[in-house]
Amino acid sequence: MLKLSNIQTFYGNIMALKDVSLEVSEGEIITLIGANGAGKTTTLMSVSGIVPPKTGEIFFMGRPIHSLSPDQIVSLGISQVPEGRRIFPFLTVMENLDMGAFLRKDKDGIRKDLEYIFALFPILAERRNQPGGTLSGGEQQMLAISRAMMARPRLLLLDEPSLGLAPIIVRKIFEIIRQINAEQNTTVFLVEQNANLALKVAHRGYVMENGRITLSDSSANLLSNEAVKKAYLGI
Amino acid sequence: MVTTEGIKRSFLISLWFMFLTFPIMVIRVNTIENVIEWRWKNMMIVGIGSFFLSFVWRWLIGRKEAGRKKSESGDSIEVPPGQRIMEDRRFYVPGLIMLSIFVAVFPFVFSAYQVNIMTTALIYVMLGLGLNIVVGLAGLLDLGYVAFYAVGAYSYGLLNYHCGLGFWAVLPIGAGLAAIAGILLGFPVLRLRGDYLAIVTLGFGEIIRLILENYNEFSFGPSGIANIPRPGFFGLEMSLSTATVYLYFILIALTLFTVFVVNRLQNSRIGRAWIALREDEIACQAMGIDKTKTKLTAFALGATWAGMGGVLFAAKTTFINPASFTFLESAMILSIVVLGGMGSIMGVIVGALVLILLPEYLRGLGEYRMLMFGITLVLMMVFRPQGLIARVRRTYKFEETVRQDR
Repeated sequence: MLKLSNIQTFYGNIMALKDVSLEVSEGEIITLIGANGAGKTTTLMSVSGIVPPKTGEIFFMGRPIHSLSPDQIVSLGISQVPEGRRIFPFLTVMENLDMGAFLRKDKDGIRKDLEYIFALFPILAERRNQPGGTLSGGEQQMLAISRAMMARPRLLLLDEPSLGLAPIIVRKIFEIIRQINAEQNTTVFLVEQNANLALKVAHRGYVMENGRITLSDSSANLLSNEAVKKAYLGI
Repeated sequence: MVTTEGIKRSFLISLWFMFLTFPIMVIRVNTIENVIEWRWKNMMIVGIGSFFLSFVWRWLIGRKEAGRKKSESGDSIEVPPGQRIMEDRRFYVPGLIMLSIFVAVFPFVFSAYQVNIMTTALIYVMLGLGLNIVVGLAGLLDLGYVAFYAVGAYSYGLLNYHCGLGFWAVLPIGAGLAAIAGILLGFPVLRLRGDYLAIVTLGFGEIIRLILENYNEFSFGPSGIANIPRPGFFGLEMSLSTATVYLYFILIALTLFTVFVVNRLQNSRIGRAWIALREDEIACQAMGIDKTKTKLTAFALGATWAGMGGVLFAAKTTFINPASFTFLESAMILSIVVLGGMGSIMGVIVGALVLILLPEYLRGLGEYRMLMFGITLVLMMVFRPQGLIARVRRTYKFEETVRQDR
């Protein structure tokens, strides 16, 4: 479904991604784990076109997307939950969700998706007229995921959904991610520092170091891999 | 309230003010007779005045702090009184009726001078509402807004001079040309934010003014364009006083139109996209909002109203030259938006009326007019930094009922 081949992305003169290649198939949950500054977020930014790659190719459903603008990429069905949630603090929960459906015009479909999301996160229905900035961290993360879901993506890019949240909330959010993947058949590309949890949810995983993919295997194999255990699982 | 501590501080403040104002208030050099006058009486006035005013000042600051603490502790769900009145049908229906009667009879009750300054104020309402789109909603600080105003005014002046086009024909053309100018300015500044954007727009405003001032063959330079016709009404000949009243009603209609459009825009998806873009550009891009298009529409739509305001201005004064389009004008319009309340339509209207009418009505104070005006501005910003009528987006509703808003 999504294929990155030999991507190189730069911030000014600094090369953040060095020949990154990876593949995501339909219906999968894929996780990309790695330390701070490994290039995980940059990989997502390259896919969503916010920081376009300098060389290399990205294909989505067989279509090259590396030279498209971010809004074109969203309209193809790739939606991103940015790192640190980045909800709109002064817009209400409803308005935030509506911004997620910015490119959609099918009112009935939007209403249906809204109902689905409110069933998924009842707390958001309760707070629908509250400004996003007044929500707690966990609720904001739920809102960020819901907002991305409102675009009805085929591929959901999730950037560190566990960032700064209590373990119990993190587990709940991962539960929901798995549920979305199963119920909506949404492919999920998950970037995480919490390798243990991410690998338990995901089907396959990639390990990233200094802008390069160093390992790729099924989650079960990665969880039992000695090197991964030592470096990321703290066992 | 009056403590020894307070008296001591006020005493020190009054001493300080007496010292500060000593050279200008006390010493007067009579250059003809070569003597120095010592006006000790003035020093007494300054001392006593600042002593008492410092009490008032401290009391007001204390009240403001108390208010802020109250709102921080969370029980600020109470709606401000202005908002409450506007939302209560019992008040706003008769209020609206009274206001429209007042607006309708205004030119027949008051003098031509009053009608004239009200017309000017209404032009500024339009300008303020236009800039409000750019600054208040999209959060792009535009210091060169007057450039679009100039584009509108000169469109009318030049098109009328060369092609003989009338007011009604030029009104949409001027608006369109200003919108194009807005897009032209928008392109180079797409990547800029905050201070840098402000500087570039400031430069753009000056460029337009300097072109108008120096490109004699095109714009007739500093001497400007004279004898611009007033708006016509199916070729009817009108006396000066009728024309003034007519223009007043044109402006009332256009202001209502502006309020309607801006209100619709504000509550539309594009309006929310502007607010979202102001808050977080990356999140906007992740949502599929086209940053370029959204910013350019904000610039273009903002400039449209400035262009219309410019055409009206040219029609009102019948004479334009570059001196009317200085940076001061931009600053004035920006003050209207900020003082009135960014993003709030009512606020901008009230802000424009206050800022344009106040200096006129303060003429009674003679030479102290601008001093009083300045003091009013400073006090307003100290005590109401959110603007006269702040935009209230908060609609806390914790009921279970599904409310389908918008």
